Amino acid sequence: MTILAKHAGLKQAYDALCESGVDPAHMRFDAILSPTEGVLDGRRTILMGTNNYLGLTFDADCIEKAVEATRSQGTGTTGSRMANGTYEGHWLLEEALAKFYARRHAMVFSTGYQANLGMLSGLVGRGDHLMLDADSHASIYDGSRLGGAEVIRFRHNNPDDLYKRLRRLDGAPGDRLIVVEGIYSMLGDTAPLKEIAAVKRETGAYLLVDEAHSLGVLGETGRGLAEAAGVEADVDFIVGTFSKSLGSVGGFCVSDSPDFDIMRIVCRPYMFTASLPPGVVASTLEALVKLQAVPELRADLMRNARRLYDGLQAMGFQTGPEANPIVAVSMPDQETAVVFWKMLIEAGLYLNLAVPPATPNNVMLLRTSVSAAHTTAQIDTALEIFADVGRRLGFLTSDRRRAGGAV
Amino acid sequence: MRQDHQLALVDNNAADGRSMRADIASIFEQVLGHPVQIGDNTDIVEDLGMDSLGVMNFVMAIEDFYDISIPLDRIAQIETVGDLVHAVEDLRSGTPA
Repeated sequence: MTILAKHAGLKQAYDALCESGVDPAHMRFDAILSPTEGVLDGRRTILMGTNNYLGLTFDADCIEKAVEATRSQGTGTTGSRMANGTYEGHWLLEEALAKFYARRHAMVFSTGYQANLGMLSGLVGRGDHLMLDADSHASIYDGSRLGGAEVIRFRHNNPDDLYKRLRRLDGAPGDRLIVVEGIYSMLGDTAPLKEIAAVKRETGAYLLVDEAHSLGVLGETGRGLAEAAGVEADVDFIVGTFSKSLGSVGGFCVSDSPDFDIMRIVCRPYMFTASLPPGVVASTLEALVKLQAVPELRADLMRNARRLYDGLQAMGFQTGPEANPIVAVSMPDQETAVVFWKMLIEAGLYLNLAVPPATPNNVMLLRTSVSAAHTTAQIDTALEIFADVGRRLGFLTSDRRRAGGAV
Repeated sequence: MRQDHQLALVDNNAADGRSMRADIASIFEQVLGHPVQIGDNTDIVEDLGMDSLGVMNFVMAIEDFYDISIPLDRIAQIETVGDLVHAVEDLRSGTPA
């Protein structure tokens, strides 16, 4: 008996997964060759599960800026901005984000997870009401517990259910904050933001949108779902991350709230953690420039996403509802999901095995994320590997195989 | 005044409490798809074999039926049918008419 014995149930489930020959927590790459290729167990492998939407992790300019900043300012800030001060890059990045979103204020956090923790706990507290989509990311659930607000969950992507629950609060004191995501990370579905914004207006609630997976992906200029849905004016707070489209690490929030700056001394996940190192800040700034200067990246990304999504559907695989850069294939049970995943990896295709409770409705998912940097040939190779493994596992009927003629 | 109000609630709850258990049983049956025997000490997870998704669907069905929202921290405290009855009673009496 150790202090960790309380996790015996979880350990048993994880051991069962490992016994089948896979261990997602210890997947070790020998080398990363590019945004879309790595070496795994000595095999060249297509990376299709890394959220590297614009493929900027190896961008020569981003790397150059990171190297320059590291040489001139050092490897780290060794502390928080409250204690060790703000470097030039920190405020340049906040200025650039505010300008990009056309908002008055921006605040940078050290991870996207901390951005949600800081914002959710700082915006609402005891006596307030936090309305969460039931399929929210773990960082949103964790942030909801930090501030002490009353947390109410509404049915995933269901504005009517949200409305009903806000109506039940009529007459109760306290602020209401609705939290939704631009693109949901497991199935790649988007929030019905127009309808949610209407509910927000009618009920006098505030609205926060987490654009972690939609920044650089959706919208005319890549600002995300709020831009794509034409409801930016209704969104009071946008949270996002640097670790997907912008290819580094860190998080942020932008807002027009006039007193927003108070959050710098309210958010504990901002105050009591080391600020981002100069190299990370510099590459992120450059990636934000690229995101705006090279709209072709978004076009390439969506073309690749569409090709993979359509290809998998044509073969008869069950995918999420929308062709977004997250393409998830649902599996009938855990055993099949594990075997399928293992065979994909052995064939040189890396993607994510997603199992409950991380997934909605207890589904087992093979989750891919497409990049602008994938070549058409890589997408087609991935489809061939899916088709081959699917056939070997008796997954695809011959009719369906014919339907997927391109493969 | 406050005391009178509370006394009235206790009376209502005694009457409601009996029918509420029957209503909850039928909601369980809808979610689980088979008849169940429940009492106040029935453990929702252990005795009824519900996983976290089942519990969530069940809670949402209860919320619809009674037109209430059960906050997450309250859900976390509910282990038995009796706990659930008390939570529903509290939330209904706390809701402005």
